[in-house]
Amino acid sequence: MEKHIQLPLTEETVRDLQAGDRVLLTGSVITGRDAAHKRLIALLEEGKPLPVNLLGETIYYVGPAPARPGQAVGPAGPTSSYRMDAYTPRLLALGLKGMIGKGERGAEVIEAMKEYGAVYFGAVGGSAVLISRSIETSEVLAYPDLGPEAIHRFTIKDFPAVVVIDSQGNDLYQQGPQLYRKTDL
Amino acid sequence: MREINVSDITQTVADLFLQANYVIGEDVMDALQSAANQEPSPLGKHVLEQLMENNRAGADESLCVCQDTGLSVLFLTIGQEVHLTGGSLEDAVNAGVRKAYTEGYLRKSVVIDPLFHRKNTGDNTPCVQHVRIVPGDKVHILAIAKGFGSENMSRLTMLVPAAGVEGVTDFIVETVRLSGPNACPPLVVGVGLGGSFELAALMAKRATSLPLTRKHKDPRYAALEDELLKRINALGIGPAGYGGATTALKVHIITAPTHIAGLPVAVNICCHVARHAEATL
Ligand code: SF4
Repeated sequence: MEKHIQLPLTEETVRDLQAGDRVLLTGSVITGRDAAHKRLIALLEEGKPLPVNLLGETIYYVGPAPARPGQAVGPAGPTSSYRMDAYTPRLLALGLKGMIGKGERGAEVIEAMKEYGAVYFGAVGGSAVLISRSIETSEVLAYPDLGPEAIHRFTIKDFPAVVVIDSQGNDLYQQGPQLYRKTDL
Repeated sequence: MREINVSDITQTVADLFLQANYVIGEDVMDALQSAANQEPSPLGKHVLEQLMENNRAGADESLCVCQDTGLSVLFLTIGQEVHLTGGSLEDAVNAGVRKAYTEGYLRKSVVIDPLFHRKNTGDNTPCVQHVRIVPGDKVHILAIAKGFGSENMSRLTMLVPAAGVEGVTDFIVETVRLSGPNACPPLVVGVGLGGSFELAALMAKRATSLPLTRKHKDPRYAALEDELLKRINALGIGPAGYGGATTALKVHIITAPTHIAGLPVAVNICCHVARHAEATL
């Protein structure tokens, strides 16, 4: 059964979560994709402050479809996380605690997650309508010119996810397939 | 000569992209259901059930089932007895894409330049159009909304003829293994075998839009499709990559005659939201 997890993540919750756990996330997340990450890193390089404080935050890699009237967001499933890998260790060093996306992460990201204590959640790609039902509000925090790729704040309730990589570096994308791989073919 | 005004093509293209994005085909829904019945991994089964619930909600509420509503790809087959009137065909098709994506609450995912100026065009145009002229007086339009999570995992290679069945099989299975969880499994795997470099890729794309119930007419290729599916599902990647027996729903192969010195193999990976719709005018 699912664990109910309150955001922002505490150090203790981060330590408790294990790869393979089904969770329902409640609280708030920020959003961002490649374009927003690139701008955040550019600011860091110039020694300028970021438009959002990452300490304790969870980021959702998403670019939603447009909302219909009356909806907070349109369908909003995860995008592939590996495109953010080049930027992620620096954000973890600034206190980012959680990431939600889909697909594999590089070795450097996993090392940084172990070092700083962070969790990577998987949301199911292609279940965008179901996921959007758990997003209650949405507001733009930064880079409105990026449209769906702008940094938003979502408040979420019972957002369905799975712990894919935990803070010890256990990776469901390695462990799960190992259990079901057939080598006799 | 039969006259068709291109404005009819605009409207048809718009309708097809709305349908493709909101309504997942019955063949895919059936394949997800039978996969869920057989999936040994509890988490994998849960994912498959979520996907079916999601797709039903998309169809019921006219919402796109996935937020990546894709690059719009069209295969236009035009009878040579047809006289198209009222303007440029290419513009009319783009107008249909624009209409669907701006009026239908679909995400616009196209940038104007791949390298130096990645600026969103704001209406999902231009689309990709492949036109073929055939005998007859009909126009057939196949509309594919291709998400890039899976497109990015596609590969093409030019094997030597000596590589044979084994070389082809290994390349296809390895392509899926490398895609891991990134392409949103369970997948539909489109394979183009033979032809030239670009024809192999075109056949692979076309193959992703065939009905999942279709089997290759040549029993040797039908058997190869089944064998490939077995090998792919033995990888254990499973639904969403969390582990399980359902990594792909179907492998489709399309072949063409090729050069004496070559064996082109293209693998176009498509996710479970194999979105396509077609119409004949
Ligand atoms: S790969 Fe397919 S299901 Fe996954 S996010 Fe892209 S379009 Fe959606």
